[in-house]
Amino acid sequence: MNIELINIWYVVAAALFIFGLKQLGSPATAVRGNMLSSLGMLIAVVVTLFNAQIISFQWIAIAALGGAIVGAVVAQKIEMTSMPEMVALFNGSGGIASLLVGWAALYSGQTTTFTDITILLSVVIGGITFSGSILAWGKLSEVMNSAAIVFGAQRFVNALILVALLVCAVMFCQDPSVDSPYLYAVIGLSLVFGVMAVLPIGGADMPVVISLLNSYSGLAACAAGFAINNNILIVAGSMVGAAGIILTNIMCKAMNRSLGNVLFSGFGAVKQASKVEGEVKPINTEDAFLILEAAQSVSFVPGYGMAVAQAQHVVRELGEMLEANGAEVTYAIHPVAGRMPGHMNVLLAEANVPYDQLVEMEDINPRIDNVDVAVVIGANDVVNPAARNDENSPIYGMPIINVDQARTVFVLKRSMASGFSGVDNPLFFGENTRMLFGDAKDSISSVVAEFKT
Amino acid sequence: MEAVLLGLVLMLSIFLGFELISKVPATLHTPLMSGANAISGITIVGALISAGAQLNEYATILGGLAVMFAAINVVGGYLVTNRMLSMFKKKEDDQQGAKQ
Repeated sequence: MNIELINIWYVVAAALFIFGLKQLGSPATAVRGNMLSSLGMLIAVVVTLFNAQIISFQWIAIAALGGAIVGAVVAQKIEMTSMPEMVALFNGSGGIASLLVGWAALYSGQTTTFTDITILLSVVIGGITFSGSILAWGKLSEVMNSAAIVFGAQRFVNALILVALLVCAVMFCQDPSVDSPYLYAVIGLSLVFGVMAVLPIGGADMPVVISLLNSYSGLAACAAGFAINNNILIVAGSMVGAAGIILTNIMCKAMNRSLGNVLFSGFGAVKQASKVEGEVKPINTEDAFLILEAAQSVSFVPGYGMAVAQAQHVVRELGEMLEANGAEVTYAIHPVAGRMPGHMNVLLAEANVPYDQLVEMEDINPRIDNVDVAVVIGANDVVNPAARNDENSPIYGMPIINVDQARTVFVLKRSMASGFSGVDNPLFFGENTRMLFGDAKDSISSVVAEFKT
Repeated sequence: MEAVLLGLVLMLSIFLGFELISKVPATLHTPLMSGANAISGITIVGALISAGAQLNEYATILGGLAVMFAAINVVGGYLVTNRMLSMFKKKEDDQQGAKQ
């Protein structure tokens, strides 16, 4: 196939990506959208194999098959609760692929300065994406401490790495060759910088990191597209880059913080000094059942704790019973609940909760005072009224789900430990709050058992 | 001139990306992210050329590794997105389809 024809097929693939992304915008069409997008990818890969430059297929077959098997197995086996760390790993593998593509492009012979710069860009962005994603995976899967890690001279060290990176990049462009020591320096420094960039971000800020790394993986592909002069890489890569930036922005808004603040402040590492005083009112499952049975309107507010306790299935069971009992049941989901954007929605969808019962923060808050019982399951910061009232709170100004304004609030909690960001929660001491201590799954199961008797 | 043309493509795609994604509801943010992530595996196209062109053995090794990583990204990304999306179901008896 000649190069013109291949490029025409690339246009078809790009159109399929665009339609695919458009259809991902609604749950009713999203499955088809993903199919269209994967069809676009298949077309792009197949026509590329007809490129006259490719003369040997041996390594391609081995590598592609190996990668495809690994990807397929992981995609089938992965638990929905572990989705954030898996997306981090996939981001990382996309990043390293772009790094390698850029690197290999140096072997294609004489390069112009423009190409050299784009090659370096794909190497740098790819490298940062890769090492940053691996670190994010470590934090999310709790292989390592998931809190933010900050040290005194951090900004200075980071600035130093960036300057060194820039100097090495300029030196490389002076004399671009595949065995230039500056190339290895650039690769090494970008890997180090990826680690340094993710280190000071932790805890509840992880959704921002994931979104941002997602964006980087697209931008890396985009830069690789410039390096090898390929339109489809630029189109697809920049769309992904834009998608990641939008999600990053949504996450930052949902925490009322600027991107700069998330990236550099090391929020999760700072512990708040002032304590909230008060008395908590525990409740047992029998009393919880009696209140729920009488409720006309119940709203579940899940957080990462629900995922940890694997409570989503019993929650759905309870939801169905409440509906059968005549109550209106909703699931109110904060944009940053969980460890990645939309994490809770996926878990509840897996448990067969219909998506029309999943409501967003903006929809539930105006009618929260008509909710008889708000059941908070493993969520903490996203329902913390200190964000509204206490100007000294580190989360002050963050939009929250105002469960404290519901008629009754049940908080399911293992014990009285503070939440992921280490901030105390006055909700627990509220007049209308009842604490249901214990494992969330066990507690809900007991309430379900009460309903059955 | 070529750089300018590619720059134009870049600019238009970014605008298009912003337009497409800003309408996606919060419910679908995770599948959106993993679906977009799979698309970023498009770098496999560049990897295939490097791996198959036999410029020299280093380029082939780098290209081959890139094909492998990109294939993980592409295949894993699309499959897991599909798995997630097929879990999103509507209530059977809800004929209206109105999202609350």
